[in-house]
Amino acid sequence: MSLTTRRSRMAAATLAAITAVGGLAACGNDDEPTTADGKPAKLVVDTFGEFGYDELVKQYEQQTGIKVELRKTAQLREYRPKLVRYLATGQGAADVTALEEGILNEFKANPRNWADLTPLIDDHSKEYLPWKWELGKAPDGRLIGLPTDVGSLAVCYRKDLFEAAGLPTERDQVSALWPDWNGFHQAGQKYKTATGKGFIDSITAVSNGVLFQQGSDLFYDKENNIIADTSPAVKAAWETATSMADISAKAETWSPAWNAGFKQGTFAATFCPSWMLGIVEENSGEGNKGKWDVAAVPGGGGNWGGSWLAVPEQSKHQKEAAKLAEFLTNATNQVEAFKASGPLPTNLEALKNEAFLSYTNEYFSGAPTGKIFGESVSKIQPVHLGPKHQAVKENALEPALRVFENGRASKDAAWTQFTKDAATQGAF
Amino acid sequence: MSLSATTAPPSPAPPPHPTAPRRRRGSLLNRLDLKYSPYLYIAPFFLIFGIFGLYPMLRTAWMSLHDWDMIGDHSFIGIDNYTRLFGDEYFWNALVNTFGIFLLSTIPQLLLALFLANLLNRTFLRAKTFFRMSIFIPNVVSVAAVAIVFGMLYQRDFGLFNWLLSFFGVDAIDWNGERWSSWTALATMVNWRWTGYNTLILLAGMQAIPKDLYEAAAIDGASQWRQFWQITLPMLKPTFIFVVILSTIGGMQLFTEPLLFANGNILGGDQRQFQTLAMYMYEMGIVNLNTAGYGAAVAWAIFMIIVLVSLINFVLVRRTAK
Repeated sequence: MSLTTRRSRMAAATLAAITAVGGLAACGNDDEPTTADGKPAKLVVDTFGEFGYDELVKQYEQQTGIKVELRKTAQLREYRPKLVRYLATGQGAADVTALEEGILNEFKANPRNWADLTPLIDDHSKEYLPWKWELGKAPDGRLIGLPTDVGSLAVCYRKDLFEAAGLPTERDQVSALWPDWNGFHQAGQKYKTATGKGFIDSITAVSNGVLFQQGSDLFYDKENNIIADTSPAVKAAWETATSMADISAKAETWSPAWNAGFKQGTFAATFCPSWMLGIVEENSGEGNKGKWDVAAVPGGGGNWGGSWLAVPEQSKHQKEAAKLAEFLTNATNQVEAFKASGPLPTNLEALKNEAFLSYTNEYFSGAPTGKIFGESVSKIQPVHLGPKHQAVKENALEPALRVFENGRASKDAAWTQFTKDAATQGAF
Repeated sequence: MSLSATTAPPSPAPPPHPTAPRRRRGSLLNRLDLKYSPYLYIAPFFLIFGIFGLYPMLRTAWMSLHDWDMIGDHSFIGIDNYTRLFGDEYFWNALVNTFGIFLLSTIPQLLLALFLANLLNRTFLRAKTFFRMSIFIPNVVSVAAVAIVFGMLYQRDFGLFNWLLSFFGVDAIDWNGERWSSWTALATMVNWRWTGYNTLILLAGMQAIPKDLYEAAAIDGASQWRQFWQITLPMLKPTFIFVVILSTIGGMQLFTEPLLFANGNILGGDQRQFQTLAMYMYEMGIVNLNTAGYGAAVAWAIFMIIVLVSLINFVLVRRTAK
């Protein structure tokens, strides 16, 4: 009896060990089935934030019979690590993957991870904003991303706070206050004198605006050498931004103080790309409906954000994935996406679309956001973003600006910090 | 080990000849069982450790010898990543921050834990279990929740602490702006979470000290204070080493609190004033795609530092014990 119990005990232990190994080996490897005519049964789309694709995807399923799974991630900063993991391990990536402007460049640095779309779809090179189309190309010239939206830039302002400070409230008059950044600064000083409170949220928001108006190389030259310390565009953004420190509420973008600032009226104006409208609305709450309005940005034009759709090389259905990306970015569907969730079209035809241009936003006092953003899109200057543009901007330029803004370093010391960090952050 | 064989019930009288081969097979299995099944029983742990502990460690060591792009190419560069560490200002900055926060949190924490453990060890205390349980509660709370709540309390514009300070005429402090203020804030988070845990371990150590020592001392007329210094503390040394080493490992790996305190910015403040080693490792290894190899070197540096500090602790506490 003792023999049998011992034998079975040993068998059980062996079994346990084997299942431990086998169980680990068993996970992974799920085959994507294809239908009889060679079409994939399912395509997966990865997006972050809100692209407004829910309805479009259903249409596509009806037209083609291919099922589409839409995987959404709330924030870009949760989205990027997932994407890195998919690419690093060579599995798990969606067939169609959204790439944001800030992260596009670093992923472009390894173009082999992405399929060349040129042979897979028709030629659309003349149908989009030319600079936007160009940015979708890898350094080796292959087309890896189809343009979805562009951030563009406007100023969101609080009418009630403007009125209390004796500033005009009507959006055309407000836009007329600041034909240039000087005018913006003067309006801010007037507001500050009247109320004692900050006018804009932070000076990094200003630098964002100015940087993209310069229409030249930013942190990198055309050969992707880092030129952050000599670039005239960066210098212009730096000078304008630092000059605004006296009218800043010093609320770092995305921080809790910034989020709360919308409701508390800590600042009266902030810079709004099209996709920011939803965030302003959410942070300000229902109680502030009709208090915000949208005016033009000083100096005309500007940009913050925007995305592309790419097809990872690891996708088993590159051809069909490219077709889906083509469908999602065509003129009609970009207008539909804008009406659904706000991403601003980049397709030239979509930008002229009547339904787009006549769209008004209720929360922002009925501001004609379609018209305002549509017009500002044409003023966006094409710029060259280097491989680590986002890292230099977020981890070198903006910290240095905040250090100066908060009075923890002189302007010169802050500039030194920036140029030093730009060199290390920008290396690739 | 072989003694356990005797637990088998006594065999009946020797069976007749024909069954002998069967018996031999049985005893072979028996011996195999005795020799190898213990290994099988502990195998699951080592398998899991091998896959999720040892392999990643060796892989990290391998990566640290390369110029490694997370989603691109890599090439062997020998120990270049490690030599680069020595000249890297931000690595040293992270090291200083880590040690600063570590000392600022561990020293007050252990002193407080020792004090509390001594109180809880008193015989006159009522509702002992209640106090022992409640002191441990902060440790059960999720670290992210702790960091977020404390982050709110330390807000510049609407935080509770600045509001309280305003009654004493203190201007609003930008807690994550300065080095000293951010370190203090982080140390309070760590202390809040870990003091109770250390108290319980020290308390367990105190209760293992034989009571007759105290009785004998009391008869000799030693005061409570004297008993604490001359009996409790010396007898507590082994527990203390354990607690200090655990705190060291935790302190060197501090990550979630400073990351959330910085609103998720991996730099740990605009001037990296509270970027810890673990954050720097994450910045280099994960956030910057193209420096994954260097990040791996930072990871190994952290490991070596923990080993080193633990050894120093061990030797120091050992020596004073003699």
